[in-house]
Amino acid sequence: MIEKELVVIGGGPAGLSAAKTALEAGMKVVIIERSFALGGQLLKQTHKFFGSESEYARTRGIDIAKILVSEIENSDVEIMLNATVVGLYKDNILTVYQDHKYMKIKAKAIIVATGASEKFLAFENNDLPGIYGAGAVQTLMNIHGVLPGKEVVMVGSGNIGLIVSYQLIQAGVKVKALVEAASRIGGYAVHASKLRRLGVPILTNTTVRKAFGNGKVEGVEIVKLDENWQEISGTEDQIACDSVCISVGLSPMHQLLSMAEAEMTYVNELGGLVPLKSCDYETSLPHVYACGDVTGIEEASSAMVEGKIAGLMAAKHAGFVHPNYEKLEAELNEQLCILRQGPCGEKIRCGLKKVGAVYD
Amino acid sequence: MRVKEHPILRFAERDELHFTFNGKIMIGYQGDTIAAALVDNGVMEFSRSVRNNRPRGFYCAIGNCGSCNMTLNGIRDTKTCLTLLEEGMIVESEKDRVIIND
Repeated sequence: MIEKELVVIGGGPAGLSAAKTALEAGMKVVIIERSFALGGQLLKQTHKFFGSESEYARTRGIDIAKILVSEIENSDVEIMLNATVVGLYKDNILTVYQDHKYMKIKAKAIIVATGASEKFLAFENNDLPGIYGAGAVQTLMNIHGVLPGKEVVMVGSGNIGLIVSYQLIQAGVKVKALVEAASRIGGYAVHASKLRRLGVPILTNTTVRKAFGNGKVEGVEIVKLDENWQEISGTEDQIACDSVCISVGLSPMHQLLSMAEAEMTYVNELGGLVPLKSCDYETSLPHVYACGDVTGIEEASSAMVEGKIAGLMAAKHAGFVHPNYEKLEAELNEQLCILRQGPCGEKIRCGLKKVGAVYD
Repeated sequence: MRVKEHPILRFAERDELHFTFNGKIMIGYQGDTIAAALVDNGVMEFSRSVRNNRPRGFYCAIGNCGSCNMTLNGIRDTKTCLTLLEEGMIVESEKDRVIIND
């Protein structure tokens, strides 16, 4: 059994930020990351962020990842790459799989920052090769410079659907249509307008009925929906394409917390099953904290702030009080309030109330 | 198929790497994951569904879905989307992933 002080599961925006404040407080930190690089999904975000200066607004996600890594790389942080946490147990023991070997780690404190996974959509032949998660296509083209195909149909008009559509066009792919089941576009109008100017049809009240193709996708059949989300017969239409991107939301990666039997609850506004947490970001399991998308789907900006708070708190409860604890705590909570204010933050505010997070 | 021109990203020239997929010689580049190189080489079918033997493609790219698991240098169930390509790798799709006894 390997013993560690603080294990951070996940090296994305939340995990890296959590590691930063915990390190500053004097804790010994290990970051365990499944991929071959730190940065999480920031690594494929070529667009500039909104929000305030403190969360790197007007900076591209790929550059934010570099900043977050540079902030911890001169510390004595231990980074395990290509390492997957496959088990989390009530007594703060983790099973880690790396290099074809399993190892057990016992940690004084654990911060779960596992992020989210893409939701899927039920329709006939939805498993045909050529049907991808929108995020997968973003990884493929923005990290590896590989294109999924020549002609794409995007399903879902949230910010990911809108942004990935735009990035597909930037990379030289034709976006034949963007299909949205709701009557309104889900994401920000500024992203939708960019697509409209480029001539991409945005079809609201429309869903994919089925995909067709022999061994790979060759097209989709779409259909109009009425106000009760029922298909309107006679409105079927076909669009030829060699790729379909599914962008119908994200779900928190709750599996490790569920496995350890942390108290969980299903909150639609937060994207699915999330842990109950105290205002110190501690789950129902003592010394197990959670931050970022695993506690509710939001933006990377809030994941970074949440991470910093979780790092502060995990350190404090382990006896390591950050030299600027009080100032930081106040500032970070203030930043979160600002990020979540206004009509765009209503859904998340409503969801967070249901998990016990104090929110005014 | 690779991105040819991009307004934001620059993809530097990288060394070619040779590997085989189901016995066929393919070319990828330093820094590619195995899965990215396979997509670039036009591979659509990454695996087969367990029960109905339906073709499955690349899907999530970040190690969640398992659709791209393959045998790498004889070791089964390697996530090709999270494994960087190396010269001489032997990559094989798995036709017999699970046996179901109904």
